[in-house]
Amino acid sequence: MASKSLKLLWALSFSVILTLFSMQGRAAEPAADSAAAPAVEAGAEPAHEAGKLDISHEIFSHIQDAHDWHLFSINENPVTIPLPVIIYSPTNGLSVFMSSKFEHGHEAYNGYQLNSEGKVEALDGSKIYDISLTKNVVAMFLAVILIFIIFLNVSKKYQKNGASKAPSGLQNAVEACVVFIRDEVAVPNLGKDYKRFMPLILTIFFFIWIANMLGLIPGGANLTGNIAVTCCLAIIAFVVMLFTSKKHFWGHLFNPPGMPTAVKFILVPIELISLIIKPIALMIRLFANMLAGHIVIACFVLLIFIFANLNVWIGGGFSVISVGLSVFSMLIELLVTAIQAYIFANLTAIFIGQMIEDHSHHAGEEGFDHTDTERELSL
Amino acid sequence: MGLLTPDFGLFFWTLIAFLLVLFVLGKFAWKPILNSLSEREDSITKSLATAEQARKEMASLKSENETLLQKAREERSLMLKEAKDNAEKLISDATAKAKSEYERIVADAQAAISQQKQAALTDVKNQVGNLVIEVAEKVLRKQLSNKGEQEALIKDLVDNVKLN
Repeated sequence: MASKSLKLLWALSFSVILTLFSMQGRAAEPAADSAAAPAVEAGAEPAHEAGKLDISHEIFSHIQDAHDWHLFSINENPVTIPLPVIIYSPTNGLSVFMSSKFEHGHEAYNGYQLNSEGKVEALDGSKIYDISLTKNVVAMFLAVILIFIIFLNVSKKYQKNGASKAPSGLQNAVEACVVFIRDEVAVPNLGKDYKRFMPLILTIFFFIWIANMLGLIPGGANLTGNIAVTCCLAIIAFVVMLFTSKKHFWGHLFNPPGMPTAVKFILVPIELISLIIKPIALMIRLFANMLAGHIVIACFVLLIFIFANLNVWIGGGFSVISVGLSVFSMLIELLVTAIQAYIFANLTAIFIGQMIEDHSHHAGEEGFDHTDTERELSL
Repeated sequence: MGLLTPDFGLFFWTLIAFLLVLFVLGKFAWKPILNSLSEREDSITKSLATAEQARKEMASLKSENETLLQKAREERSLMLKEAKDNAEKLISDATAKAKSEYERIVADAQAAISQQKQAALTDVKNQVGNLVIEVAEKVLRKQLSNKGEQEALIKDLVDNVKLN
């Protein structure tokens, strides 16, 4: 029953997306055909030269966060879903209103306005905390709901069927991933203590994977390609690392055994930096990979309009190549979504594994460290 | 660059969303899933071990059966051999016994026959003697019924008797 409703959900979302996509095409087509009218998509800053596409603006409006969910534009009028703006200001207190009040950046409201980057700022320039439900936040909530639907259903199935019955349907798919994470990520890196960290690593993996995949859907938000999201995930991983670290790790860090004192003065800062670099590496890797993928796909699609600006026929002809290229990079991205989720989970496991290492590894310390860093580099 | 500066709002919501997911899934999804996975794996390992043990038992049973069968076969051949020997002995014994019986019977018969023959011969001799006496008596009676003959006879007898 669960799988049936899920199928319905998929079908519904796909049909909605397809409709949106075709409408987007139709909306953009006249702009390209006339060649005189600018194909303006994001409404935040419609001031370009007539007849010229602002490519970087187009791309960045696709990959950046926004206060409204832009669907498509009809004759320069953007059609968007307004999202709630929540602002806490130490001077003015909390204010909540819909982003439609800004009229796409043309109006100020309640003492706030949208700046040229699409961010909310106070008119008087005072410090504010913007915790609005932006496009990315809403997309993240959708991802969270999807995760809950999937995993709570699967969990229910496990509880209903017990351990002796063979898995079926969605349970089967999830089980393969869970077993993979347990046997390929957690157990080799965390050793016998892996059970403690399984929930964290599984959650990281599926959270990133599902968020990645939702970002691939045309019209979806570039959630994991946003540095705030990856930064938060990396910090959570880092905090877990610090809280689970053992004395052995710190002892090695501040007093590397078997080293002359002079070398220690060089080594300890390097080790400290490498410790800080770990979460930064996690953050940048996911962010850059997902961002690059989105940019590439957007570029391939926009190539059509660049060529159409030169000549309608070239644009039409190139659309075939462009669609082929973007389908290709879409497929690669589909792979990358899983790979990046796996890498994030795997690196988290490796880092935690280094922190909780016991004296039992003492003899192979150098070799162990070495292989780990190598593995890290290859990722 | 706007891309590289993390938004506070998004960071805040990500933190909440992730921790919520971690908490809810950790409590309601990962625990049952992982538990039943390990439970199933345990049961599979156990079943495999049981199967292996059963297989070993089977093999040992088979070899036991084999040895039993071998033993039975040996016993059977032994029994057959014994039976054959017995039968042969029985036959030879019976033959010997029959032979001796036969010989005894034949000897008895011969003895009886010879005895009967002797008896018969004695009988015949006696009867012949009696007959001879009777005949002689009759003949004598007839011959001596008149006086001349008696005298002739006496005379004959006397003639014959030569007095030395």
